Amino acid sequence: MLNHKKLIVSHAPFWHDGSSITDRSYHTMLAAMPAVLFGIFTYGMPALGVVSLSISFAIIWEFLINKITKRTISIGDGNAALIGLLFGMLLPATSPWWLVITGTFVAVVIGKHIYGGIGGNPFNPVLIGFAILMVAWKDYFDFNEVLVNYDLGFAMVYPLAAVKHLGTSGIEAFSTTDLLLGQQSGGIGSTFGLGLIIGGIYLILRGFIRWEISVSFLAGIGLTALMFNMSDPSHYASPVFHLLTGYTLIGAFFLAAEDSSSPVNFIPMLIYGAGAGVMTVLIRNLGSYVDGVVFAILLMNLINPICDKIRPKALGKVV
Amino acid sequence: MIKRSFIGLTKPLLKYEALDVSTPEPSVIQPSKKVTLFLDKVFDFKDKILFNIGDKVKTGQKLSYSENSDAYVISTVTGTISSIAPFNADYGKTYTAITIDVSENEEIDEQFSTLVKEPDIDTVKDSLAFIPGNLPAGLFPSTDASPPIETIVISGVDCDLFITTNQNTVLVDGQAVKHGVKILKQITGIDNIIIVSSDHLMQDAGISGAEVRVVDPEYPASLPHLIMRDVLGQVVPAGKNCEDMGVSFISAEAVASIGKAFTEGQIPLYKHFNLIKKDGSSTLISARIGTPISDILNAFDVTLNEKDRLIIGGPMTGSTVYSEDFPIQPDTDAIMVQDRGNIPFVSDYPCINCGECVRICPASIPINVLVRFLEAGQYEEAADQYDLYSCIECGLCSFVCVSKMPVFHYIKLAKYELGRITTAEATNA
Repeated sequence: MLNHKKLIVSHAPFWHDGSSITDRSYHTMLAAMPAVLFGIFTYGMPALGVVSLSISFAIIWEFLINKITKRTISIGDGNAALIGLLFGMLLPATSPWWLVITGTFVAVVIGKHIYGGIGGNPFNPVLIGFAILMVAWKDYFDFNEVLVNYDLGFAMVYPLAAVKHLGTSGIEAFSTTDLLLGQQSGGIGSTFGLGLIIGGIYLILRGFIRWEISVSFLAGIGLTALMFNMSDPSHYASPVFHLLTGYTLIGAFFLAAEDSSSPVNFIPMLIYGAGAGVMTVLIRNLGSYVDGVVFAILLMNLINPICDKIRPKALGKVV
Repeated sequence: MIKRSFIGLTKPLLKYEALDVSTPEPSVIQPSKKVTLFLDKVFDFKDKILFNIGDKVKTGQKLSYSENSDAYVISTVTGTISSIAPFNADYGKTYTAITIDVSENEEIDEQFSTLVKEPDIDTVKDSLAFIPGNLPAGLFPSTDASPPIETIVISGVDCDLFITTNQNTVLVDGQAVKHGVKILKQITGIDNIIIVSSDHLMQDAGISGAEVRVVDPEYPASLPHLIMRDVLGQVVPAGKNCEDMGVSFISAEAVASIGKAFTEGQIPLYKHFNLIKKDGSSTLISARIGTPISDILNAFDVTLNEKDRLIIGGPMTGSTVYSEDFPIQPDTDAIMVQDRGNIPFVSDYPCINCGECVRICPASIPINVLVRFLEAGQYEEAADQYDLYSCIECGLCSFVCVSKMPVFHYIKLAKYELGRITTAEATNA
């Protein structure tokens, strides 16, 4: 069997459905665009600066760590850019440059590459970066303080801080429509509720995120907030308010649904999502932090491996 | 190639090719110069092989390997043996490859025609192991240790996409299948014979006289393990095969071949299979077993270039070969040619835990965890804790993998390596 034509020999299957990590990353970034563009439009050039710097440095850190660890350069898969974009969306528009650079370093290098790169991270890298900065430089994340020089035509008070310190009387100025249309202060890409919901629905329909996580996360927040609200309406805000403020929506569609740090089986996804939702409201209403999304999701990331053991019985499994 | 749909929330829909009544007769292709037959026996120069280079053989002549071996092939042409050589196939399997130069005048060997009067199990075992459609070895368990076969399932559906061989048999060769079923009942004494077919060929399958059951037209419903679960209501325990449950699967084509062999007094030589061209079109072809693939490609003007891919079998479960001299075998259901521009490559990316494979796996295996163990070479843990042996080998996990990991390849490798360890432990114990 002597043959000069060299054919490619490989293992079945010989088809692929054409999906790729690059596709996933860029479509997630596309879905985030409405919220990001709205944030840039609202806060102007500083917001554009923060987002651009965040994306660029996430890519630069990824490139450097690839070089240092002598791995293939993986910036082409868009994951680093996505981390940068999401990180920028969480930050206030007035964040100083060094905060962005440090944050992306923590997110990409400590949040992702220390654990072996994409797919190996037990926590959401964006949230690791954000949580460490939030603990280290608390003042830069107090939205009332850092956005004090902005006057955008709506109450420039951070809604979650208002409800925490003043009770529901402090948030009468916020109507549901205003919150949906982004008439609230907050992170660059996390205030435009409608945009985030549209992006989230796009991601769910295209199959880039798992709807079970997002839906159960929102349900967890809604139900827990409802219980608090019913027990003491003057102190605790309504579920709708909790769903549309802070990092709830960006958390539901972009952060909690991150692939590597969330479960893949049906029941674990529900537990994970609902657990993060419940924790969020507990932190908001009882804890000392104003917003609980970041820590709630990180906490649920922790239980993900154990939680994912609840799975259907495999075909022909005897035990 | 079937791509992911825009709405990715739903599972990809992979429909089996449905053969309709208007399908033209398969084109018959004759071997031009030579045929190659694979004898299922390790070739050893020291063995006293019963045939030699230069021997003249007739069409239908049985070529037994040696006095102390049952292995044989049936020559599908008249000609002269030009070479006998070992051939290494996938997973360490070794065959003796016999090449026969085809001569002009065809002579039919008469030996089989004397045996057809009284069909019995030995006649089938000793003459029909090489028939088109492949006679499953599990149909006649040799040792007393294995449980007896109680049910025979005739597969009137095809096991992979694009293939229509068995459907065509059900549609065109109904009478031959019917006769084959009669003979199977007679020689094995098994009355419980079921034919599974797709919905639109139910009527035609009914001619066979076997009990008709319908199989879903969507991949991978026609894989034996899923037919066992969905049609027969029996779940095969992980690591066991269907024969362990007393069920033997046989293709409709093989049943038809048995039927034809006894009515015509001649061992059937022509294997039906699909040629799937580079543009994705599929043609039904009939050619003698042993015909080199190059003859078929030439007849259909398919040019094979450097770095193209040649696949025996369908797009999900086939296997690639490195040479177009590879012959048609009794179980070759398709030949697929892929242009080098259309070959999706695997990558060395790790699993990103997206869960696509977990959601599509028909056997509910936690592939996202399993593949991490397999990548690390921890096959025993994978088998003990993460259901390696539940895999029914449909290949869907690799098909949907976002990281383009060769998941199916890892699984097969793990099973093969564990099999080797078990054999080594058994021999050294």
